[in-house]
Amino acid sequence: MKWAIEIEDLTVAYQQQPVLWDVDAAIPTGQMTAIVGPNGAGKSTLLKAVLGIVRPAAGRIRVRGRPFRARERLVAYVPQRAELDWDFPATVFDVALMGTYGRVGWLRRPGMAERARARAALERVGMAELSDRPIGQLSGGQQQRVLLARALAQEAEIYLLDEPFQGVDAPTEATLLDVLRWLKQQGKTIVVVHHDLSTVAEYFDWVVLLNVQCIACGPVAEAFTPENLRRTYGGRMVVPAPTVNPA
Amino acid sequence: MDFTLRIVMTGAALLGLISGALGTLAVLRRQGLIGDAVAHAALPGIVLAFLLSGSKAPVVLQLGAAVSGTLALLWVQAILRTTRIRFDAALGMALAVFFGLGVVLLSAAQHMAGAAQAGLDRFLFGQAATLLREDLLVMAAAGLLAFVLVLAFWKEIQLVLFDEAYAATLGLPVRRLQTLLIVLLVMAIVIGLQTVGVVLMSAVIVAPAAAARQWSSRYGRVLLLAGLFGLLSGALGAWISSLAPRLPTGPLIVLLLTALALLSVLVAPARGLLWQYIRRRRARETARQALMAVLQELARHHPDAEHPHPTATIQAALGTDVPVEAILRDLERRGQVRYMPDQGWQLTERPPHTP
Repeated sequence: MKWAIEIEDLTVAYQQQPVLWDVDAAIPTGQMTAIVGPNGAGKSTLLKAVLGIVRPAAGRIRVRGRPFRARERLVAYVPQRAELDWDFPATVFDVALMGTYGRVGWLRRPGMAERARARAALERVGMAELSDRPIGQLSGGQQQRVLLARALAQEAEIYLLDEPFQGVDAPTEATLLDVLRWLKQQGKTIVVVHHDLSTVAEYFDWVVLLNVQCIACGPVAEAFTPENLRRTYGGRMVVPAPTVNPA
Repeated sequence: MDFTLRIVMTGAALLGLISGALGTLAVLRRQGLIGDAVAHAALPGIVLAFLLSGSKAPVVLQLGAAVSGTLALLWVQAILRTTRIRFDAALGMALAVFFGLGVVLLSAAQHMAGAAQAGLDRFLFGQAATLLREDLLVMAAAGLLAFVLVLAFWKEIQLVLFDEAYAATLGLPVRRLQTLLIVLLVMAIVIGLQTVGVVLMSAVIVAPAAAARQWSSRYGRVLLLAGLFGLLSGALGAWISSLAPRLPTGPLIVLLLTALALLSVLVAPARGLLWQYIRRRRARETARQALMAVLQELARHHPDAEHPHPTATIQAALGTDVPVEAILRDLERRGQVRYMPDQGWQLTERPPHTP
């Protein structure tokens, strides 16, 4: 198995509180991986640690066998919608175009090629007609599509998405899933922080069960078991019977 | 127009243009309050710069203002790093401590020989009449530098303002860009202190941005409009204050800017409260008309035209999932329908063409 992301002994702390504790996990290249766990389990922090946005207290992260370097732009990040200020003066197209900013050098403006790439990305997520709309006028689902379009315009190898399915309408969920599957067909690696346990088996190939520590990590068929879910969520929730037969 | 007035008007317009446009960067980052802290924290720097150098040249005093404003911000950052005190509390603390120190130093300096003539207290509320041609040159140079920086790092600044985390994942030097934004904000404030004063300066930072945002949803246009609003208010404020003796320029500029912001919040198309109100009224009117048509249709097709229909029936007849209850109550208030308990809604007038 080729690994897109390898995480070893990762510990992250905020104000002396461990958010991630001694996490070992590996994410395979060219597959769809879900990161699952209760609130406060450190799922978003794990993504941010991979991207170098938060600094780990200890541990090692390798992206395609090497330490992560933002300058290579191999990893596209789709943050949680709620983390952004949607009253910012920008249109749908402006945000999609931001995905290309990494390739455009200092002192230069995005040119024809970048604009075409942003347009194609919007087309892919079904937002081409709303290109000129201010982002303040979008629904939650449309906001999520725009953020995915921005990541597509980046043309990365690995896509890290934080709760993309959270609170979006059904058509948007279907579109997002279509786009992610299309990316997978191109051999890209997709990692999604996911809340809905009932769709894990249907959507994903690989799963990381996280609750500060890594409880399990592996193919959905092997790792997504009732026993592991109980260990991840503790007694705090009733674990639905997964539809996967571990046999 | 006399020469002094021309100088004062040009200076106030320049200040409005520069502070309005640069202030927008802070406001879009939701950091308008930082401007208030930097402005207040500039006071001790101004007094100390005078006491140490003995000079009252604006450039010297502005340098002092920039240094102590920046020190206040560094102190806020240190508080945030090492304690659990929240951002707004830390900012308020820095503002109060530095401003308090400034007022103490100011009154101490007033009693020293020569200091009284320096007119340092004009930095409290500003005094545009003290502007000289050299001051305008300094402002224009600083404004030009800021303009070049904003243009040169246009897309990088835009991305950091909107989504810092994403900017970092593209490999942009986010920390350095944040520092640049702080430098630009401090410049915007220092430029205006002589005219508007430390107490009111934050209004010149925040109000043009608030007004401009109402008129456009494009980043570039918002910056441009904020600059224009600042320029206009500056020039107009200076002119009005020249019409009568003892009318203070700084407060006038701030009042004009606030009026402009208020007006924009009310009447700007799309986002203005007035248009929102009109749109809501129109939508309600359309909904009422559609529902009346449905009710008349129901009455025409029922053997008894005055037969009341339950809410659920009317909802089904309307054929959309827009809730009819509120519209029916609206019609009831207007006397067009009445509610018969346990039976439903009934038109108060027989519709035309009923058998």
